[in-house]
Amino acid sequence: MLSDSAAKKAILLLEDGTYFEGFAAGLPGTATGEICFNTGMTGYQEIFTDPSYFGQILVTTHVHIGNYGAKDSEIESSQMQINALICKSFVDEYSRALADQSIQAFFEQQKKLCIYGVDTRAIVRHIRSKGAMNAIISSEELDLEVLKKKLAQVPSMEGLELSSKVSTQEPYEVGNPDAQLRVSALDYGIKTNILNCLVDRGCKVKVFPATASYEEVMSYAPHGIFLSNGPGDPSAMTYTLEVVRKLVDDGRPLFGICLGHQVLALSQGISTYKMHHGHRGINHPVLNKVSGKAEVTSQNHGFGVSEESIRNQEDNIQVTHINLNDQTVEGLRIIGKPAFSVQYHPEASPGPHDSRYLFDDFVHLMNQHN
Amino acid sequence: MPKDNSIRSVLIIGSGPIIIGQACEFDYSGTQASRSLREEGIEVSLINSNPATIMTDPMTADHIYLLPLTVDSLIKILEERQIDAVLATMGGQTALNLAIEADKRGVWKKYNVRLIGVDIAAIDLAENREAFRDHVVSIGMDVAPSFIANSFLEGMEAAQKIGFPLVIRPSYTLGGTGGGFVMKESEFEEALRRGLNASPTHEVLVEKAVFGWKEFELELLRDVNDNVVIICTVENLDPMGIHTGDSITVAPAMTLSDPAFQEMRDSAIKMMRSLGNFAGGCNVQFAQDPITEKLIVVEINPRVSRSSALASKATGYPIAKIAAKLALGYTLDELKNQITKTTSAFFEPTLDYVIVKFPRWNFEKFHGSETTLGLQMKSVGEVMAIGRTFQEALQKACQSLENNRTGLGADMKEWISTSDIMERLEIAGDDRIFRLKDALRLGVSERSIHKLTKIDPWFIKQIKDLVKTEEQLLRYNLAEDIPADFFREIKQKGYSDAQIAWILRIKESEVTKQRYKLGIRRTYKMVDTCAAEFEAQTPYFYSTFEQENESIPSNKKKVIVLGSGPNRIGQGIEFDYCCVHGIMAIKEAGFEAIMINCNPETVSTDFDIADKLYFEPVYWEHIREIIELEKPEGIIVQLGGQTALKLAEEFHANGINIIGTSFSDMDLAEDRGSFSDKLKELGIPYPKYGVANDVDAAIRIAKEVGYPVLVRPSYVLGGQRMKIVINDNDLERQVLSIFKHMPDNKVLIDQFLERAKEAEIDAICDGDEVHIMGIMEHVEPAGIHSGDSSALLPPYSLSQSAIDQMIEHARKIAFALNIKGLINIQFAISMDKVSKEEKVYVIEANPRASRTTPFIAKAYKIPYLNIATKVMLGTHKLKDFDMINQMNGYAIKVPVFSFEKFPHVDKRLGPEMKSTGEAIQFIDDLTDPFFRELERNRNMYLFE
Repeated sequence: MLSDSAAKKAILLLEDGTYFEGFAAGLPGTATGEICFNTGMTGYQEIFTDPSYFGQILVTTHVHIGNYGAKDSEIESSQMQINALICKSFVDEYSRALADQSIQAFFEQQKKLCIYGVDTRAIVRHIRSKGAMNAIISSEELDLEVLKKKLAQVPSMEGLELSSKVSTQEPYEVGNPDAQLRVSALDYGIKTNILNCLVDRGCKVKVFPATASYEEVMSYAPHGIFLSNGPGDPSAMTYTLEVVRKLVDDGRPLFGICLGHQVLALSQGISTYKMHHGHRGINHPVLNKVSGKAEVTSQNHGFGVSEESIRNQEDNIQVTHINLNDQTVEGLRIIGKPAFSVQYHPEASPGPHDSRYLFDDFVHLMNQHN
Repeated sequence: MPKDNSIRSVLIIGSGPIIIGQACEFDYSGTQASRSLREEGIEVSLINSNPATIMTDPMTADHIYLLPLTVDSLIKILEERQIDAVLATMGGQTALNLAIEADKRGVWKKYNVRLIGVDIAAIDLAENREAFRDHVVSIGMDVAPSFIANSFLEGMEAAQKIGFPLVIRPSYTLGGTGGGFVMKESEFEEALRRGLNASPTHEVLVEKAVFGWKEFELELLRDVNDNVVIICTVENLDPMGIHTGDSITVAPAMTLSDPAFQEMRDSAIKMMRSLGNFAGGCNVQFAQDPITEKLIVVEINPRVSRSSALASKATGYPIAKIAAKLALGYTLDELKNQITKTTSAFFEPTLDYVIVKFPRWNFEKFHGSETTLGLQMKSVGEVMAIGRTFQEALQKACQSLENNRTGLGADMKEWISTSDIMERLEIAGDDRIFRLKDALRLGVSERSIHKLTKIDPWFIKQIKDLVKTEEQLLRYNLAEDIPADFFREIKQKGYSDAQIAWILRIKESEVTKQRYKLGIRRTYKMVDTCAAEFEAQTPYFYSTFEQENESIPSNKKKVIVLGSGPNRIGQGIEFDYCCVHGIMAIKEAGFEAIMINCNPETVSTDFDIADKLYFEPVYWEHIREIIELEKPEGIIVQLGGQTALKLAEEFHANGINIIGTSFSDMDLAEDRGSFSDKLKELGIPYPKYGVANDVDAAIRIAKEVGYPVLVRPSYVLGGQRMKIVINDNDLERQVLSIFKHMPDNKVLIDQFLERAKEAEIDAICDGDEVHIMGIMEHVEPAGIHSGDSSALLPPYSLSQSAIDQMIEHARKIAFALNIKGLINIQFAISMDKVSKEEKVYVIEANPRASRTTPFIAKAYKIPYLNIATKVMLGTHKLKDFDMINQMNGYAIKVPVFSFEKFPHVDKRLGPEMKSTGEAIQFIDDLTDPFFRELERNRNMYLFE
């Protein structure tokens, strides 16, 4: 651990002019993106590598980051997806016997910047009241005026299409070649553990680029369709809405997670909206309105599905899950079709395993329709 | 599922007198549960024999029964009241055992009472080692391998299969008697023989010792709908092998990856759901192999526990309060988060700070006891500290301990001999973490320290970083030389100004002055359960050194109450009781009440008792900054025991208003010399005495006052190192022992009044009038510490003349000391050999609430603490209150000891207090068999 006073200074500047001074870790440099915060107390490595965070600047509310190092297998995609990290204490000395390297080494390897030693709680309170906004972090340029100019060039997240940037370029297949169930997955920024959850349940999965056509998706003769999580504004993903609508109409079981949930809603004419500051953490309470049971969920979304918009389509869409904190839509089902989706992350990683049953439901549906 | 409306009247069972392992955390949980039930319109009856509890207060429950915790008492209550259900999960093992006993005797069935929040079969399963093991394995989880042995041969075979180190646990013995770790084969035979002999069934469990594995605890809540949430995950810094109650613990877990944590979470939920059918709290303990991360289950407690009290304070999530509602049939998703008031109670708190719990031991009270830590809990209290980093929280915990530490080392108390230090690392005692730092400072490798202590290297590295920081600080000579950035960094790492001063060998005031000049001041952050994700309304704060301050002082007039820090012998739950009532009185008098304390077991640190809570060390540097921020009308020190009182000097010196009796008057009572001069002036008799700085002077004084004499250090709590000696040799030995352990102290030599009776008065004075709250006569003769004596309220054998003298002395002293508020005066009454009249001597006066104040308030049913606080505030005079004693007969205070935790300790009673708790027993008259028994057995010394 570097003594703070011996460390290199860094600065964090927000779009509204608020700034915080701290110290640099990882690879020194400059990074920009929309600022968001995650309240999880475990799973930093999974969060950093989750493609849904693509291009964002992440604040972790958990105090110490790096205590258990970094482990090659505990990642959700092949690289770090956040643009930069903001934390209170960045600890490059770790104790975990199973770890492969320190968090500092991991950041250096991934060429990412971290600012630490800042009042992260003050930043979170600021975002909570002022909403999500763009930010810039730099350890090489400390002049606020220069940083302001650079920050002004960063596009707003609203209306930003990002899935195609993190999606696979070529289709690929995972799972046991002899598996009985075939799933076509649309990769809007898919997390590795979603694939693991499907494969563990006896599926083989063909992962298609976000921009794949209906015909491409159907070419796999799938038993079910999966719409993945991912970054950006769903309403900007016009290229996939028609595809999804056709897939729903086709009548095969369909399951969507997070961005996939929003895309499914949009394909049915339900609108989405940009949330004030999103839900990001591993302690979000969700009520399953069908079973009456509550589940603690892992969440990561800055956009949501409009509840009001669903109310106009009650014959077509059923809200199956709601958030117990703010009553927002957490899950829906298309009436008369084997298609359902959730806003949160049943694959967890990081987070509680309470909602894994949704994968079982999906597999069950596929078996029924087979 | 909405609440069950067939439940209208609930009986809560308390945990009885404080003993080691079962302390005032159960007053906290019982009080929360009772308030929570009453919010739902339920009529609450409550039984507890501990008078110093808030739960047994009229403000907590509808019907209070200060009765012994026996089945007969339960029957009496059930005869008297229509009780629909009983809640036995709030009073620790004591309450559960009583509920189970009543169940076995068919009491609940007979009176048609339901047990809520618990499943007796689940408790049986959790308690029975063998059955629990089988159960855990049957649901697919692991436990440490073990074998039952009924003979020496079987035991040897078991050891051969398991290998060393291992644990021997004799069956059916209490508190681990006869058991323990066996590190190597050569020690096994003897240990096995001892274990087999200790067991009444000649049976032992030979278990693989997962010694040095990492230890974690999860606190869970479950509702009738089988929804489960994890409220808190606690990591033990001291790994497996040291009782969790004696371990330094940290929340949230510091060294757990998400897969490892989720495995624990899944296992805990699975176990809780598999254990019968009940709604409420539960605690699960795990051990994890640090190399492979293999997980085994250690134990499960299907009830509210010490850990859940800590978890409640650590997260802000009031576990007992919610558990009580769940017992009524509510589900978690129907309830609101009590901190945010807007979000759901079905959620898992997330922390943006670190808490460290540090146990408080009292080994100096138990001479002859083994001071090493192991499978049996030995601490008498604990502190919790909150910081924005682990280092800050750890240092704040050390500052909270009330044992003259100014942080983790760097305070003149460091050891310098490497061999001594290494020995203390291997054999864990109460000072291990301090020795760990000493070792790092002397250059011992982190590796070697890990090998000896098994403490996770992450924690060792954090402490190593403190050592490096201190080396860096050593480069400077003056406070002014320290660069501002570095100064801030040191403060963020939790260093007190006193530590910085010690490292630089300068005055603390110079450090503080420079720090203020640089503007490095404490800011306050809220404990809000959600890491600021949602807005919270609860005024629960801790300090750190950061940019934003969230504690915005109101415009109201404020009064601060100082708590008493960790529980220890001589200062415990009574002062929590006093503080809670003080807070209530302050609010009633129209002020904003602000509480400062660091004891997580207390009711006074519940977030909805005071208007504002600062969970901070009761340590001058921290208190000062709160005062500077809040600018209160004044500060009350009379309610927090000696801890709060001894800070009065600092307040006085810094011009801070002390509410009630002034500092100089309190100091007069505390200073033996000037107090005796005052007594002389008032014509009040007192034992002859003298103050000595060395052995020669002590012997000279002893000759003057005449043997036997009472020897003691001049400033102590609970009669620490106090002894009665009868000759020069014993005197010399005792004086030397005091100087050795307490250098810089003076020794007091008092004439010991042989065969004297002892009594005490608690009184309130408003300047115009003195009100005698009560007179308690001790059953044991003078010479046994008042805390360890049984005592009767009112006196039962003293002459009227003696009582009159006591009252007269008390009045004179109260006026002479200008008491405004409370005073406690202790007397010795000896028969004059010539006149055959009882003559009353004053032994000491304490210008504050005493241990007996709550007792008298409870027995007489008069809200004395409330009255005293309003008198201190000056908003009321004594004449404003009707104080009508509602008691007939006598109330007996019965001390309770925890000697079974210290098998080899000297159990004789004397001037040094050893009891950990007390019970109240009401009798109609002196023919009562309980009293006859008590009086017959009374003795100078108590042998067990």
